[in-house]
Amino acid sequence: MSPKTMAPAVQPALEAVRLDNPFAPHPARIVGIQRMVADNYLFTFRFLDPEVTRSFAHRPGQFIMLSIPGAGEAPISISSSPTRPQVLELCVRKVGRVTEALYRMQVNDVVGLRGPYGNGFPVEEMAGSDVLLAAGGLGMAPLRSLLWYTLDNRSQFGELTLMYGGRSPEGMLFRHEMASLVDRPDIHALLAVDSDPTGSWKYHVCRLADLFDFADIDPHTSRAAVCGPPIVYRFILERLLKLGFSKDHILMSLERHMKCGVGKCGHCSIGYKYTCIHGPIFTYWDAINLPEMI
Amino acid sequence: MKTLKLQKSKLDFFASVLQQFGEVHAPVLKDGGYVFERLERWGDARLEYNRTILPPKKYFLPPKETLFTYDESGYTPALDGLEKKIVLFGVHACDVYGLNILDEVFADGRYPDPYYKARRRNVAVIGVDCVPDEYCFCRSMRADFVEKGFDLFLEDIGDYFLTFVGTALGDDMVLATGSLFEDVTAADIEEYKRRSETKRQSFGPDVEIRDLPEIFEMEYTNEMWQELGAKCLACGACSIVCPTCYCYDVEDTVELGACAGARERCWDSCVYSSHARVAGGENFREAQSDRIKFRFYHKQRGFVAEYGRPSCVGCGRCIVACPVGIDIVEVLNRLRGVAHVA
Repeated sequence: MSPKTMAPAVQPALEAVRLDNPFAPHPARIVGIQRMVADNYLFTFRFLDPEVTRSFAHRPGQFIMLSIPGAGEAPISISSSPTRPQVLELCVRKVGRVTEALYRMQVNDVVGLRGPYGNGFPVEEMAGSDVLLAAGGLGMAPLRSLLWYTLDNRSQFGELTLMYGGRSPEGMLFRHEMASLVDRPDIHALLAVDSDPTGSWKYHVCRLADLFDFADIDPHTSRAAVCGPPIVYRFILERLLKLGFSKDHILMSLERHMKCGVGKCGHCSIGYKYTCIHGPIFTYWDAINLPEMI
Repeated sequence: MKTLKLQKSKLDFFASVLQQFGEVHAPVLKDGGYVFERLERWGDARLEYNRTILPPKKYFLPPKETLFTYDESGYTPALDGLEKKIVLFGVHACDVYGLNILDEVFADGRYPDPYYKARRRNVAVIGVDCVPDEYCFCRSMRADFVEKGFDLFLEDIGDYFLTFVGTALGDDMVLATGSLFEDVTAADIEEYKRRSETKRQSFGPDVEIRDLPEIFEMEYTNEMWQELGAKCLACGACSIVCPTCYCYDVEDTVELGACAGARERCWDSCVYSSHARVAGGENFREAQSDRIKFRFYHKQRGFVAEYGRPSCVGCGRCIVACPVGIDIVEVLNRLRGVAHVA
């Protein structure tokens, strides 16, 4: 075959598959594993390629796809704040094939990560407002990124209030970290457990929604970010609406089954939206307009 | 658009020229149904067919494909088959429209799918017009005519095919034949318009799609969904034969005894019970009635919100394929509260 008629080694159409492939996971090393609560560990990752670390920029509330060869991929929300780059922290619940495989891994093992995906919290829009963060139980995992983002950019926001509640002290994520916020002057951190059989809990023993009785929230200058199991949404939303919050100013983080993260596989649809590209952060106004939301 | 004409008797010669652009595939008759397949000989092609069992989507989103292979060193993108040049001959307008809808999801937007795009570039599309049968409602879905998405489109005007040249590649195909294609005369245009009008009047089933998204919202709890849920077998045939159903599943396969394998994706369906089930077991669409409703809802409501048109082309395949007789035209017209015209 003469060089003239020889086909190029790789067609230009195929170049993107090799070099610009949105499904390609970036290798990342596990640099830390910390037990939070039973079946819920905090994994810390660092990309092997320093260039990926440099270019990786996420917003609070976004998620990544975690890849483990042989087990598959799963969407995991990012628990670390973009204000603290270099590593990514994922608070992972052991609940399926991929996460079970992750729990069998150790520090120094390598996984695949791709993303970040999703809309994230509208932090630019929230700047200048008071911010109320309300999480129940495992709902702290996606909210912690926003918590540290607001603390690390403290001057951009007005009053900061955190309400975090769980069933018992043992069920609280980042328990010591949250406790350390209580004495900070720049945030009003309120922690509650439903009950404290150990008697060692120094904070509130009440329902999460009851923490509103201890807070001074101005609905007209505030944005609320809420995350938790359905029961948390029900009671928190009730309080927020009673206070007079605009439905546009209540932000919620939702979870669905996902296979792609980029608006194609169809699994994460809620009503007429895809959680992966239109969410996972939705306003309460979105929520009441979408069937099957919570 | 450049418009020429091709004498029907020269079609086999044209097909032979097309071989230099890739393997020629066309509808052939197989076990009583039409399928798009590689032609052994031009004589096997059936250009006057009603519909193929599977739409051309199988060329662009194969039922199963390997995205990556993996081993200890990580993931390697799989390129197998992506470079293959194919000329898909005889695609109906509704199916070209189906590809245009898939383009919206897979070729355009923020995260283009490079596998899909490579295939879309390497598979040429030559359209051919058709006569609607009792299942066709492409006109209701505005998919009875396409202005893009093909390289060439042939319209029957008697002894000739009026030929729309859609792309530079299509033009190259025309030029490769020498002087096989001829200029169009005023009489040809008149004949085209006459046939276009005849075709317009020959559609049976009809659905009005304007305000259908709003009707879907208002009828979200209509008891018809329960009735359909009780009927639906969750076999997924409607999704498999649909030119625009693109939901997929991804799975890692493992080579026996090795830390190596492949990440594969395959067609999936929202009528399967696993579709909205999350890790931990919760299912956001627990009932079959929720799932069948969602399938219609996504096509006629969700897709419209995102892309401005339904992701249904009115090809009628799901009506033909459904083993329990669920008929989308009937469903939509019942929702609208108008009598079903069949």
